[in-house]
Amino acid sequence: MILARIVGTVVATRKDPRLVSNKLLVARPMDPHGKPEGNYLVAVDTVDAGVGETVLIVSGSSARMASGMKDCPVDAAIVGIVDHVDVTQEK
Amino acid sequence: MQIARVIGDVVTTVKDANLSGIKLLVLQPLDPDGNATGRTLVAVDAVGAGVGETVFFVRGKEASFPFHPIEVPADAGIVGIVDHWDVEKPAGL
Repeated sequence: MILARIVGTVVATRKDPRLVSNKLLVARPMDPHGKPEGNYLVAVDTVDAGVGETVLIVSGSSARMASGMKDCPVDAAIVGIVDHVDVTQEK
Repeated sequence: MQIARVIGDVVTTVKDANLSGIKLLVLQPLDPDGNATGRTLVAVDAVGAGVGETVFFVRGKEASFPFHPIEVPADAGIVGIVDHWDVEKPAGL
């Protein structure tokens, strides 16, 4: 899983029927210290996250194991809202 | 599987129901010399690892297998704690 900050929302009218009524958010991956890294991605929200929050994103086929995502065409799902990250050691 | 060092933990209150009770740890993958390489990631812990330990982890859907039959939404999971590891240097280096 990766840590990311929610930076925006996505609105789509025409989409796969299995994506109907799912919230799509734009996320920017970040390191444990909060520094942005890597490319923006769109993730399905399963935990009612919002813009500005730090979240946990699961990628790949595991994203379909998030609640309500069974058999949905998704490869990134937000599965947790991060309260805080403790990093005690690095490098 | 890949070797990594546990460098921290993640606390979440609002999360997928199938993630409740599962420890989330921050991993820094290591190269054969034990130096940090690549991006950090968050993994579920299936073996009781802790910060500072060297572990190996799986990527992909297999990360949820230790918790079977619960379908944990995880794409990285710690499956072993490394006691020690030796890498033989290629000749000529």
